[in-house]
Amino acid sequence: MQRFIAIRFLQSLLALWVMSIIVFGLARLSGNPLEVMLPIEATKEDYARLEKYWGLDRPLHEQYFVFIKKALHGDFGDSLKYQGRSAMELVTERLPATLELAGFALLVSIVVALPIGVLAAAAKDGKWDTGAKIVALLGQSLPSFWLGIMLMWIFAVMLDWLPSSGRSGWKNLILPGITLGWFQVAVIMRLVRSSMLEVMDSEFVKLARVKGISESKVIWKHCLRNAGIAPLTYFAIIAGGLLTGSVVTETVFTWPGVGLLVVDAVRSRDFQVVQAVVILFAGIFILCNLLVDIMYAYLDPRIRYQ
Amino acid sequence: MARQIGEVILEVEDLHTYCFTRFGTVKAVDGVSFNLRQGEALAIVGESGSGKTMTALSLLQLQPRPAARIVKGSIRLEGEDLLQKTEEQMREIRGKRISMILQDPQTSLNPVFTVGNQLIEAIRNHHAGETGRSLVRRAIEGLKQVRVAAPERRVEDYPHQISGGMKQRVVGAIAISCEPKVIIADEPTTSLDVTIQAQYLRLLREIQEETNLALIFITHDFGIVAKMCDRVVVMYAGRHVESGPVRDIFNHPSHPYTQALLRSVPSMDEDVKRLYSIEGQPPALWDLPSGCRFAARCEYAQERCSSEYPPSFTVGLNGSTHSASCWRLREST
Ligand SMILES: Nc1ncnc2c1ncn2[C@@H]1O[C@H](COP(=O)(O)OP(=O)(O)OP(=O)(O)O)[C@@H](O)[C@H]1O
Ligand SMILES: [Mg+2]
Repeated sequence: MQRFIAIRFLQSLLALWVMSIIVFGLARLSGNPLEVMLPIEATKEDYARLEKYWGLDRPLHEQYFVFIKKALHGDFGDSLKYQGRSAMELVTERLPATLELAGFALLVSIVVALPIGVLAAAAKDGKWDTGAKIVALLGQSLPSFWLGIMLMWIFAVMLDWLPSSGRSGWKNLILPGITLGWFQVAVIMRLVRSSMLEVMDSEFVKLARVKGISESKVIWKHCLRNAGIAPLTYFAIIAGGLLTGSVVTETVFTWPGVGLLVVDAVRSRDFQVVQAVVILFAGIFILCNLLVDIMYAYLDPRIRYQ
Repeated sequence: MARQIGEVILEVEDLHTYCFTRFGTVKAVDGVSFNLRQGEALAIVGESGSGKTMTALSLLQLQPRPAARIVKGSIRLEGEDLLQKTEEQMREIRGKRISMILQDPQTSLNPVFTVGNQLIEAIRNHHAGETGRSLVRRAIEGLKQVRVAAPERRVEDYPHQISGGMKQRVVGAIAISCEPKVIIADEPTTSLDVTIQAQYLRLLREIQEETNLALIFITHDFGIVAKMCDRVVVMYAGRHVESGPVRDIFNHPSHPYTQALLRSVPSMDEDVKRLYSIEGQPPALWDLPSGCRFAARCEYAQERCSSEYPPSFTVGLNGSTHSASCWRLREST
């Protein structure tokens, strides 16, 4: 078990390192950053001076070395738009808001999706199953910006029950949370349903019934514990979906998180900030994968005891 | 304690279990009758797909739902009609009065729970009110009963940590944990190697002698039947075609299908060059002929065989329990 975690940890570090090369490479590929930074009337000397200042005249591997050294200290350079503030500072400042939203959305989607998925599988082609199919269809066909605007219109504008923007209390969390979680409901539900169906066909489920234990125990204990393993492996993908989804949702509800920041940064070509966000999201994604593997090992004794 | 054959405890009469699928009705069990006495070992024999497993699951009303339904017949356990029971009442019967060892023991333990946990679940379900310590003790006792070495440690193990033969024993322990009256063992040895198979069969017999329970033994191995069982029911395409005491079946197999099955058993004394195998395929279960189902493969088939289903004829003297469904027997009586 320790060995397994250690190996996965090293693999995660490797993934992060590859990620840093990609981010670094993309930054150089996307053209000379000085063209964005300097005004059109800048002279050749201005360019040379800044090149020297930023270290852009040195060979690539040296530049990468400097980049990684700084990155290890959490330094991705200063924001171009917000003078005097570092990119990392801006991002970490916004991170709690995004995590709060993503966490709430995940909670909403699991609370909704898990029971529906289980019930749909337990009575295949029954009324829960039909309901689940409709939810899945709606979940994947309604774009989240449209859903967000609709929810805002109904609950904030017409009914005036919930605030439509900002982040000043728990009520603010509800509409963006549902908007962001909605798409994941369909994903999680389908995963749960299909892996439940697979498990319900197995011999040990038959044996559980032969033992005479109640059907609800068969479903919620014997099947779900096994069926839970497969969707869990998708948790990292779902987390990834929540992070990228937060870009749209935060923009719709002006939720002051990283998503809103990155939209703003792209618009104003605040490259250092974009870079910091990409690295951070990648880091979170890789961390989620690692957590998933550890949870997986916990739930499946066949892995735990290797 | 010696085994004593007692009263009839299970009566199955004209059982029909059909699977309703998109492609038509599969008549998996289509007229099966037999009696089972206390302390007796009854074999159900037939080739693959003849409906043996479906018959066994139907007894517990665990046929694959919603596709499969018992459409006709009766099942009586100690005089009570099981088909009149509610699902709730059936749950009280499963494991406690009729238990079953499933066809594939390797996959019939849940991989995410310990051996002890799964055993205790069966015990607790029928010993309400007992708590942790005494349940664990019962689980260890159960493992001892199936001759598992170091049972105190085994209860902590997960299924993947124990061998195939051991899993088999655990499944056996689960089956006998609530002291049922009837145990159905569905080809319990096919996935084991020969020595472990022999050990397991010996164990089953010992347990039967200790507890005097009734055993339904599903197999297609006549060698095992000869060693283990008192009576035989031969099934073909969802129907029983012959039944009777083991000795009578071996000495006077009366249905051509039984004869063919027995001919395909490799014999120890003779040096057979080629195993006998039955020509042709059993009929499709969704398109059964109206006459005898074996007619198409039968060397004695006559015109009547393919048009009219033969009733069950008693073989031998009056009062014999050996019977078979074949028109040839009418001519001989
Ligand atoms: N869910 C189902 N839907 C449709 N047909 C089914 C279903 N389950 C079983 N059957 C059919 O019922 C018939 C009887 O199957 P059963 O498992 O009882 O055979 P068996 O005698 O136990 O064979 P084996 O020796 O291979 O275990 C088979 O033809 C099978 O195809
Ligand atoms: Mg079978």
